[in-house]
Amino acid sequence: MTLINEHFASGSSVIHRIDPRIKVISAAVFTIILAISQQFETLIAGFFFSFSLVLLAGLNVKEVLKRLFVIIGFLILIWVIVPLTFEGEQLFKIGPFSVMKPGVFLSARITLKSVSILMALMALTATMALSTLGHAMSRLKISGKLVHLFMITIRYIAVIEQEYGRLLRAIKIRGFKPGTNMHTYRTFAYIIGILFVRASSRADRVYQAMRCRGFDGRFISIHEFQTHKRNGVFSALMILIIIFISILEWGHLIEF
Amino acid sequence: MHISEGVLSGPVLISGGVLAAAGTAIGLKKLDYDQIARAGILSASFFVVSLVHIPFGPSSVHLIMNGIVGLLLGWGAFPVILVALFLQSILFQYGGVTTIGVNTMIMAGPAVICYYIFCPLIHKKKPFDTIASFACGFFGVLLGVGFLWFALFFTEKNFLETATITAASHVLVMVLEGLITVFCISFLKKVQPEIFIK
Repeated sequence: MTLINEHFASGSSVIHRIDPRIKVISAAVFTIILAISQQFETLIAGFFFSFSLVLLAGLNVKEVLKRLFVIIGFLILIWVIVPLTFEGEQLFKIGPFSVMKPGVFLSARITLKSVSILMALMALTATMALSTLGHAMSRLKISGKLVHLFMITIRYIAVIEQEYGRLLRAIKIRGFKPGTNMHTYRTFAYIIGILFVRASSRADRVYQAMRCRGFDGRFISIHEFQTHKRNGVFSALMILIIIFISILEWGHLIEF
Repeated sequence: MHISEGVLSGPVLISGGVLAAAGTAIGLKKLDYDQIARAGILSASFFVVSLVHIPFGPSSVHLIMNGIVGLLLGWGAFPVILVALFLQSILFQYGGVTTIGVNTMIMAGPAVICYYIFCPLIHKKKPFDTIASFACGFFGVLLGVGFLWFALFFTEKNFLETATITAASHVLVMVLEGLITVFCISFLKKVQPEIFIK
């Protein structure tokens, strides 16, 4: 198993070639507006734009669906519970249960929102390598310590995962069979414990190595983001989309 | 234990975001640059541990371990959990960017509370240390579920049943988490007692 799977990161579509900083900002603004929207018109438009972004990024549709599948269980739970437990106008009855209209609307809104937001994130933030994302964040003046933390985390996830794999193989070779018993829980707890112990001593070594190479607390990124005409065009397009969905959502509040 | 995109209302998302930002700011302030490597590698370990599936009956549950995060990192739990959630949202689409504040609060808030309550208690004599360790794991999840319940309830009063069902489904996780925490802390105390944050 490999936890870090940068499936969408490589590609040659227009979206892949946009400046990562613009993608990060667009993704943040676009998804936040969708998350606080309530009108169906806005959500449907948002869904349409997210889907267009996915198409524009040329992402593998099968992989996109596989990733959306993660939230299917949650959405089923919402559709089963919310329409039945909501108070309000009754839509129809199934046996002893009455399905409530506001509950159905709310479930539909949640479904649209979550699917659109995930698609937008896949098209915009998943289409760059994680390290590029880190550089983009540092260029956007996000706290240096946080970016550091992010970079070290992505660097060491694979290492810790291998260590965990080694420990699992070691207990399997010694005849360990997981089950619902104290022995299993004790064994897993010890494995987790030893992972922390080794992580901590590895951290000491890493820090010493960083000091030896002149680490002074600054985060230096030698990566230069290129300027290109398409960045300007894409930014303008995203600004128009964001204005459009904001007008759909809040336009009725403005008197003409 | 997290809330997906598209469920919560604007005010809840914003208050979660503000609280998480404040917690992260304090956490980052307390983490010196010479501790960043340690925090980052521990963050990677928590990321891996949170995907470990522990068998339970015919099914399995996955661990949260926010109680121990608190004991090992104190306020540093906020930035560490924020980074882990951000990675989860990018890599697996668990949760998302707009809910990241609320979800950070749900996990890191209890971690810091556990740090303040249980850090002095786990070094007491037997059997108090065992009880404190169990409570640390148990309350880490319980408090998180409590925050989750409030987030849902303040979004929409009609979410009451959904929130309560979600909370109830975590009772087993709390007990299991408590047990694993007992073993894990007793192990860490024997092998590397200085690993706990002062």
